[in-house]
Amino acid sequence: MSSSSALPHGEPHGEQHGEEDPHSNPHLAHHFDSMETQNHASRLGMWLFLGTEVLLFAGLFLGYSVYRHFYPHTFREASRHLNLVMGTINTIVLISSSFTVAMAYYSVKKGRNKAAAALLAFTILCALTFLCIKGFEYHHKFEEGALPGKWFHFQEMEGMPGANMFFTVYFLSTGLHAFHVIVGMAILIWVLRRLLRGDFNPTYYIPVELGGLYWHLVDLVWIFLFPLLYLI
Amino acid sequence: MNEIMRTILWLPVQASTFAKSVDQLHYFVITVTMVSSIAVGLLAFGFFFKYRQIRPRQSTPVVVPSVKFELAVVVVPLVFFLAWFVQGYGDYVWYTTPPKDTMDVYVMGKKWMWKFAYPDGPNAVGTLHVPANRPVRLLLTSRDVIHSFFVPDFRIKMDVLPGRYTETWFEATKPGRYQVLCAEYCGTWHSQMWGEVVVMPPAEFDAWMLQQKVGLTERVDTGGDDGPAFHGTLVEYGKKVAMGQGCLKCHSLDGDPHIGPTWLDLYHRRETLETGETVIADEAYLTDSMMDPRAKIVKGYKPVMPTYRGKLTAPDAAALVEFIKSLRSQNLDNTPSKEAIYEPARR
Amino acid sequence: MNQHADSSALAPTEARVYQEINYLNADRGVASWLKTLDHKRIGVMYFVSVLLAFLLGGIFAMIVRLELTTPEPTLISANTYNRMFTLHGMVMIFLFMIPAIPGVFGNFCLPLMLGAKDVAFPRLNLLSLYVYWTGSALVLWGVITGGADTGWTFYAPYSTTTPMTLFPVLFGVFILGFSSILTGLNFIVTIHTLRAPGITWMKMPLFVWAIYATSIIQVLATPVIGLTTLLVGIEKVGGFGLFDPGRGGDPVLMQHLFWFYSHPAVYIMVLPAMGVMSEIIAAYARKNIFGYKMIAYSSLGIAFVGFFAWGHHMFVSGQSPFDDGAFAVISMLVGVFTAIKVFNWVGTLYRGAIYVSGPFIYACGFLFFIVFGGMTGIAVATVSLDVHWHDTYFVVAHFHFIMVGAVIMAFLAAIHYWFPKMFGKMYHEGWSMVAAVFIVLGFNATFIPQFLLGNAGMPRRYYMYPERFTTLNVFSTAGSTLLAFGFIIIAIYLIWALKYGDIAGPNPWNSKGYEWLTSSPPIKENFEHTLDYPEEPHTYHEPGEEVEHVVI
Repeated sequence: MSSSSALPHGEPHGEQHGEEDPHSNPHLAHHFDSMETQNHASRLGMWLFLGTEVLLFAGLFLGYSVYRHFYPHTFREASRHLNLVMGTINTIVLISSSFTVAMAYYSVKKGRNKAAAALLAFTILCALTFLCIKGFEYHHKFEEGALPGKWFHFQEMEGMPGANMFFTVYFLSTGLHAFHVIVGMAILIWVLRRLLRGDFNPTYYIPVELGGLYWHLVDLVWIFLFPLLYLI
Repeated sequence: MNEIMRTILWLPVQASTFAKSVDQLHYFVITVTMVSSIAVGLLAFGFFFKYRQIRPRQSTPVVVPSVKFELAVVVVPLVFFLAWFVQGYGDYVWYTTPPKDTMDVYVMGKKWMWKFAYPDGPNAVGTLHVPANRPVRLLLTSRDVIHSFFVPDFRIKMDVLPGRYTETWFEATKPGRYQVLCAEYCGTWHSQMWGEVVVMPPAEFDAWMLQQKVGLTERVDTGGDDGPAFHGTLVEYGKKVAMGQGCLKCHSLDGDPHIGPTWLDLYHRRETLETGETVIADEAYLTDSMMDPRAKIVKGYKPVMPTYRGKLTAPDAAALVEFIKSLRSQNLDNTPSKEAIYEPARR
Repeated sequence: MNQHADSSALAPTEARVYQEINYLNADRGVASWLKTLDHKRIGVMYFVSVLLAFLLGGIFAMIVRLELTTPEPTLISANTYNRMFTLHGMVMIFLFMIPAIPGVFGNFCLPLMLGAKDVAFPRLNLLSLYVYWTGSALVLWGVITGGADTGWTFYAPYSTTTPMTLFPVLFGVFILGFSSILTGLNFIVTIHTLRAPGITWMKMPLFVWAIYATSIIQVLATPVIGLTTLLVGIEKVGGFGLFDPGRGGDPVLMQHLFWFYSHPAVYIMVLPAMGVMSEIIAAYARKNIFGYKMIAYSSLGIAFVGFFAWGHHMFVSGQSPFDDGAFAVISMLVGVFTAIKVFNWVGTLYRGAIYVSGPFIYACGFLFFIVFGGMTGIAVATVSLDVHWHDTYFVVAHFHFIMVGAVIMAFLAAIHYWFPKMFGKMYHEGWSMVAAVFIVLGFNATFIPQFLLGNAGMPRRYYMYPERFTTLNVFSTAGSTLLAFGFIIIAIYLIWALKYGDIAGPNPWNSKGYEWLTSSPPIKENFEHTLDYPEEPHTYHEPGEEVEHVVI
């Protein structure tokens, strides 16, 4: 908790003797007493929001565990029908993008806005790449008929109990994840816009930090999804 | 005493062995509930009089609890709650463990009726006949959505799920007619999905059962609109299903090992699975093997059995299980299946 | 105006001043309200919204009760009845109970109680109000036009196979979830970062502790219902079969996912009510809270343990006996935390200086109802007993005892306590006590027969019922009309008071709550000056007076 000293009784807000009025900073909201507190609040808020995203995906991971437990053989077999090459490339792409977004944050902190912009753009490109590769994978699945529920007509796994369930879980989890990739991409594009407009500097860069945090979550979810769906 | 409490609390008659036990605990819990809530209410009320405000902005002492007080406030309720838990859970384990010698009945719920089938006897819609003083086990499943089989007079209830069997049991103590109600919302006529359990004195029940079997013009209800009517018992129907579905291509009925384990003496046989675990071939295992045959394969057999999910209706599966149960040789020994002697072609 | 942390300078008969320029009229026009970032205005808008929701939910309830006056069809068809109880449940839970106390009093009072100027994220606050309006509209439209008849619990496979259109309702609930999450997130950050200097964690009012615990649950549990509505909706529209046994799915999985949120959800409803109780009892008994720390920690305890108890809704679902036992014990632990609070509240009354008014009558009602309702909760957590009671009117009575008997009593108490602060006017205290009596009596008359109905074996959601249940149903319906009458009286005198009520002044109750240290209604910036907070919250003694300390 920020520990600004207790103001003397009866003083109106905002005037601390001998110091610059923090409210001259245009980024400081009227109800916060310092940028330090406001930034801390923003970070805490984002971490809480990331917590909600984790809980959202947790339900899907639960569904995966339950059905894997019911149909272990089928799930093992079905995961071999996923394109491991594309999945691995996607994993590398996402992990790299997490690295570049962290570097972008670090660059802004150090005042190197041009580098930061380039790194952010690269991150966004990675996101796009991920989505394209995912698109290829989905297209392939559509052709094969390896689809969820009533749409399932995958010849190679016909008759295996729970086969359609694997693909239901696959499409739901990767679909929800892809949606979050799109959202994350939109956030990063917005951050890039503001960066190019000159909004950020070494004293104010919290949106870059928060956007980066969100992107890390998107990456983290994939890091769990990938082995569960593709590797085991 | 029991009768007084039962009447005050609007509890129905106690018509099963479980009911009396449940009600005793109920009285204990409810009495403590009433006493404590009234006590708290009265205490607050008393304080309100004794410590009413005499003048505006009156000061009050700062009263804090000691550790002992807080501990007491935690421990006393906890002791009560745990006592109830222990008693209640004990009863519950008894409730969920059917004794060995139950008479089995298959129950099927569908919108908006209950259907009953005896393994070796008649079938009925809406009315279940059972003997008094004999444990009865219900194997319940649903044709469509989740229902719940509730007999207030027995204090029993169990959800009825599609695609699965759930189980409950009771021992009726008093001959009479007892209502069955559906207790899980299932659509427009959920509130009319009623049935009846007719409890008969044992001798009368046996006579009734004999009469039903002699009749044998009862239709084995194959679930309604699919399949022609079948005249006979569930076991006979099961044999017909086995022949029609191709089971006998791989499973023998006379003890000979073949592509799949023999069905003779299969029921309740202790089997070793390919994973090393042992399993008892009960109704659940047999049904699971039909629906998901690759899940628990007996050691020594290849995973070649296709799944019958979607191909067998719930009554079909039930009938097959009953048929398998009926295949008992004279000497019952629990030896595991012999090794398979058939080598399937490479896949 | 010079304001001190202790209000001895203001006696109730003096200085009943109405703050002329206040948050209500500082900016004018509808647009200023719709674009406001002021937590107090947002609180007032939530107030109007949830009251409308309560009115709607109440109307559906009355239709249900009227239909149940006879065992045969009475007023409406079976399908309409099923839609009515679905509407009643969905509107009451998602549009009223979850947002009410946090949205109205959390928003209004939290910053005042912390000496802050606003919540941490005022724009998110406004967004959560808009999201609430959007979700509510979608739910209402969806049920009315689509005919959702699944009950508020929308179990699969009934919900995924019913011909009724369910997707808009589910999507509406999904959106409402975001409103809840944003509010909770906002409050957590506010409490962590915007406490005025001098208000340490152990000097926060207990209402704040309650809101803190509630917000944690809102943030962690709500995403799961979001996912559940999404999955059921997708299955319904897309045939995905996640819960369809015909495709290898498991309908019980849906129940687990559903109750993982919906059980903690009841603590979202009850914890703020308990927080209100702490404030009311302290204020009207003019006394420190007996066992402040225990009440604070027990709120956190309820929030934590409440996450692990969901399976007690599924004792007869085919769950394993081991699971049943585990869930049973955990559920009872929550009862222990509640017992701690009840003893501490009663202990607060000991050697107090109790002023009887409407809010206090509600508080007494609350105490009785929470013990009765809470202990019947322990009763249904006792597994063997629940076999008989599950999905019968016993459970309906149990949760209405808590949700109406406890939570709505607390909501009404909160309205009557903070109305002078929010609007600067006093209502007629005599009428408030009359209404309170109607409500407590009407409530008992409505729901005690329902315990007996459950014992007798009447299941829930029954449009027609066996004749032997008639008497109790008639009693219950009669009671509900009494209850409705009580609410109508309240609405009348409160609306009257808004225009014609006496001026309340900054602190008509002489409460030591921090929110009473500013004018009534508060100015837009909440406080003119920063304040000292040297004392524990809720301590009632004059400055310089000898304070007696007692240990029990």
